[in-house]
Amino acid sequence: MIKVENLRRTFGPKVAVDGISFEVERGEVLGFLGPNGAGKSTTMRMITGFLTPCSGKISIGGFDVQENPIASKKLVGYLPENAPSYTDMTVQGFLGFTAELRGYRGSEKLKRVNRVLEMCFLEPVRHQSIETLSKGYKHRTCFAQSIIHDPDVLILDEPTDGLDPNQKFEVRNLIRRMGEKKAIIFSTHILEEVEAVCSKAMIIDRGRVIANGTPEELKMRSQRAGAVSLKVEKVSGESLKSELAKLSTAERVVIEDETETRTSALVVPKQKTMNGDFAKSIYNIATQAGWKIEQINTEAGKLDEVFREITMPDTVEMTEPKA
Amino acid sequence: MNKESFANIATVAKRELTGYFSSPVAYVVIIIFLLLTGFFTFMVGRFFDTGEASLAPFFIWHPWLYLFLVPAVGMRLWSEERRLGTIELLLTMPITTWQAIVGKFVASWAFLTLALMLTFPLVLTVAYLGNPDLGVIFCGYIGSFLLAGSYLAVSSMTSAMTRNQVISFIVSVVACLFLILAGWPPVTNMLVEWAPSWLVEGVASLSVMPHFDDIQRGLLDSSDVFYFLSVIVFCLFTTGVLIRSERGG
Ligand SMILES: Nc1ncnc2c1ncn2[C@@H]1O[C@H](COP(=O)(O)OP(=O)(O)OP(=O)(O)O)[C@@H](O)[C@H]1O
Ligand SMILES: [Mg+2]
Repeated sequence: MIKVENLRRTFGPKVAVDGISFEVERGEVLGFLGPNGAGKSTTMRMITGFLTPCSGKISIGGFDVQENPIASKKLVGYLPENAPSYTDMTVQGFLGFTAELRGYRGSEKLKRVNRVLEMCFLEPVRHQSIETLSKGYKHRTCFAQSIIHDPDVLILDEPTDGLDPNQKFEVRNLIRRMGEKKAIIFSTHILEEVEAVCSKAMIIDRGRVIANGTPEELKMRSQRAGAVSLKVEKVSGESLKSELAKLSTAERVVIEDETETRTSALVVPKQKTMNGDFAKSIYNIATQAGWKIEQINTEAGKLDEVFREITMPDTVEMTEPKA
Repeated sequence: MNKESFANIATVAKRELTGYFSSPVAYVVIIIFLLLTGFFTFMVGRFFDTGEASLAPFFIWHPWLYLFLVPAVGMRLWSEERRLGTIELLLTMPITTWQAIVGKFVASWAFLTLALMLTFPLVLTVAYLGNPDLGVIFCGYIGSFLLAGSYLAVSSMTSAMTRNQVISFIVSVVACLFLILAGWPPVTNMLVEWAPSWLVEGVASLSVMPHFDDIQRGLLDSSDVFYFLSVIVFCLFTTGVLIRSERGG
C-alpha cells in the first residue's frame, strides 16, 4: 500500500531525512522510533503530501503522491504531530467539516461523525468547543478526524501522546484492530507500544534508518538478548565466576549484584540463541556445584536497550560489576 | 472546474465564515466599520451640507477605511492556520491548495460584503431626501466591493508569509497603502524627478485610486474591473506560491 523509495528532504543546510526506503502492506503496522529530531515527522509529512520531498518517490495504493496528490490523499487518514484542530469549532462541527472535505454529505456525514465520536469516546463532549477541551480530548478529536473515512492507510504521528493510561490502552487496541485491514504507520516514544501493536518497527536516527525488523528481531540486537540471568543463594561471586568459566559456550560472566544471601549474574553466550540450550547447560553446572537456584531465565532483550545502544553507541556499555 | 472543486471550496468557505462569527472579531469589525463610515460621511464629509443627493462623501473614504479594516479581517487567513498547525490538516485533505486559498478568500470577502451591505440605510436616506442617481450608487458599491476584495487578496498574501498575525497585519497595511499612494500626485511627482517615465507610469498604473474613482463616478469600465480582478488573481496566485514554497525544498 505504501511504498517509499530513497526519500530525502533538507531544510536549508540541514538534512532532515536522508534516503529512507520502506514498504508497508495492508495488514501491517509499522512503528517509527527514533530520538527527537530524527526525521520521523518530516517523513510522515512527505508521505501525506504536506511537504514535498527533495528527491525520492512515494506511492500510496499505486498513486504517486507527487503526480496524483488528490487520489493518494483520499486513501490516507492523517493525525499530525500535536493533533491540530480548529479550536473555535465544536467537536461535532469539526468532525463534520472534515467529513465534508472527504466528500460525505447529509445523513452519510452524520453517520460517519457519530461512528467516530463513539469509537474515540467523544460523545460526552460532542457539543463542546475544542478550545475548552483537555489535551487528551483534543488529541482524540484529531485522531477521530483521521479515521472518519475509514481509510486504507493511516499515518499517525504520536497517536497516544497526552492520553491517560486507559485511553492509551484503548487507542493501542484500536490501532491493532484496524491494522488487520489497513496499512498503518505510527511514531511513538513509548517502546512498549511498539511491542504491543507493531508488526514491524524501524529506528530512525539523523534521517537514516538504522535498524528495522519485527520487534522480536530488534530485541535480539540488544546485548542482553540471549544471555542467561541467574540468581543463586549464598554463593560468592568469585566462585560463581570460576565455576561458570568452565563453560566453553560462555563468553563472559557479569556479576550484577552480590549480597550475603544472594548473587545475581548475567552469563553472556558466545553465540546468541533463544532456544534455551545455553540456560540448560548453566543449570547443569549449577546443580553439579550444588547451588541453590532462585531464578534462571534467558533474557529476551529490551527494546529500550536496543534503542539506546544503537542511537547512542558510544555511551552505552553493558553494566560491569561494581568494584 | 467540476462539481467536486465547488463543493470543496464551499466547505472551506463555510467553515471560515462560521469561524468569523464565532469570534468577536467579526462583530467588532462590523461595528467599527459602520461607526467610522458614519463618522466620516456625516462629520468629516459634511454629507448634509453638500446639498447633493449622492453617496460620494461616503465612498470617498473607503480606500482609507479599508486600509485598516480589511487587513484586520484578512490577517488571520493563513497566519492562524499556521499558528494552530491546522494548515497541515487542511492541505493533507483531498483538496488542492488552490481550492483552499479560494475558499478562505471567498469567505472573508463575503464577510466584508456583508459589512458593506449593512450600510444600506444610507441609500434609503439619500433616496428619501433627494433624487439620487441609483446607477451611480450601485457603481459605488461595486467599486467598494472590488476594492475590499483587492485589499483582502493582499492580506491573504501577507498572511501566508508568517504565522504572526501582527506582522501579517502591518505588512498588509503597508502594501495596501502602496496601492493607494502609487498614483497619488505627491508620490508620482517625487518619482518623476529621477525615474524614467515608463517606470513612473508603471508604478502609477498599479494604484487603485484612479480605478476606484472612475467606478465611483459611475463609469463602470471593463478595464477598471479588470484591474481589480487582476490584483486579486495575482495576490491569490502569490499566496499559493508562498504556501507551496514553504512546503517545498
Ligand atoms: N520547517 C522546518 N524548518 C527547518 N527545520 C525543520 C523543519 N521541520 C523540521 N526540521 C528539522 O528537521 C529535523 C527532523 O525533524 P522532525 O520533526 O522530523 O523530527 P522527529 O523525528 O519527528 O522528532 P520528535 O521525536 O521530536 O517529534 C529536525 O532537526 C528539525 O529541526
Ligand atoms: Mg515528530
